[in-house]
Amino acid sequence: MEIDGTQVLVRTITDEEPAILMAWLALLKEGGSLQTGRIREAELQTQAKVVLGQLRDALASGQSDFGSEAYASLRETLGEISRSRAIQGFSSTDTAKFVFSLKEPIFEALGRTQAGDASLIAAATRSASRLLDRLGLHTMEVFQTSREEVIGRQTQEIAELSTPVVRLWDGILALPLIGTLDSARTGVVMENLLQAIVDEEAEIAIIDITGVPTVDTLVAQHLLKAIAAARLMGADCIISGIRPQIAQTMVHLGVELNVVSKATLADAFALALRRTGRAVVRKQAAATTASEDRR
Amino acid sequence: MRTDSEARVPIAKTDLLPIRSGEDVVRVRQQVRARAIEIGLGLVDQTKIITAASELARNTLDYGGGGEVRIDLVEEGGRKGVRLTFEDQGPGIPDIAQALTDHYTTGGGLGLGLGGAKRLSNEFHIESTLGVGTRITIARWKSR
Repeated sequence: MEIDGTQVLVRTITDEEPAILMAWLALLKEGGSLQTGRIREAELQTQAKVVLGQLRDALASGQSDFGSEAYASLRETLGEISRSRAIQGFSSTDTAKFVFSLKEPIFEALGRTQAGDASLIAAATRSASRLLDRLGLHTMEVFQTSREEVIGRQTQEIAELSTPVVRLWDGILALPLIGTLDSARTGVVMENLLQAIVDEEAEIAIIDITGVPTVDTLVAQHLLKAIAAARLMGADCIISGIRPQIAQTMVHLGVELNVVSKATLADAFALALRRTGRAVVRKQAAATTASEDRR
Repeated sequence: MRTDSEARVPIAKTDLLPIRSGEDVVRVRQQVRARAIEIGLGLVDQTKIITAASELARNTLDYGGGGEVRIDLVEEGGRKGVRLTFEDQGPGIPDIAQALTDHYTTGGGLGLGLGGAKRLSNEFHIESTLGVGTRITIARWKSR
């Protein structure tokens, strides 16, 4: 016959709440939850107190199903704690420990209050264990989701940060590409480039691929599309920064970019200046000084 | 389904990587780069095998519906090389000769990936069965 462990559990937690809380906090401290300095002792105490109180209230409602309405506020609190820990940079172990270190104090309290009745202790331990496992899983789920949100935001930031369009001179833009060019990033690159062409009334855009580690057919196709779109906007593209090994590989691959390309960004810039009717010349004064020195 | 001719070549190290997403393609490139550097491939050879790996990994993903790649470091008669085996359980390639033709594509790409990968490799072997899947093996040896 199954003895209802939840009843015993409620009674124990209600009677022994201060002792459980103290033992729990001691375990948390011992486990190094405070050592990283990411959370203050007072804050940890408050969190533990609230969680234990809400757990007691939820159990007192007679429900043992963690998914039920009675546990809504507890789920909320745990979710909040997890989220803040994910953002503060706690490890997943630290976050899981918060809930799992509550097990031992509860088991001990059960042993104290129900001394002598082994079957009651066993039933209550089973209920407590099942419930705390659910609590722990919920905590981890929220923790992971929050981490993924952080990563997702960073990915987006990287995509935006790593595709700046730089104005080199009137009507001359440079687009230094760095890293892997996937479809999502190419979209951002193309959008930035086309907008910059409009804003700067650019005639020439230099796409520098020094920082692109691999140029395969997909990257080439993305580049070709960007070039074609830029052309439609009235700007000519120059590709720069094709390293020797990339050039050889592209030839074997059979990719033709059908666009003027230069080995370095400096060469491409010089060409762009020439094309727009400009030239870089050494200042006359400097030249004179140099010739005087020689004399 | 390893053939006899391959089994004879001693394998020093093997990695098995899944190809399920675009990030996996990047991971394949990185691992191939690490292995190519490990056996001392020159910069050009490195770039060639990495680019070929990138093409085939993307084909595995886009046309084969995902699969996996085995990266073997092989040694034969004192020379070292990297051998890659891409395998998928996709629809298979109906006409391999046509698929190898430059600028032929069924997926809106440039149509240079498969032929390009062949040109970038020292060895190229392809088997495909309709409805069963495709298996492509390439190798790049360290030039002496």
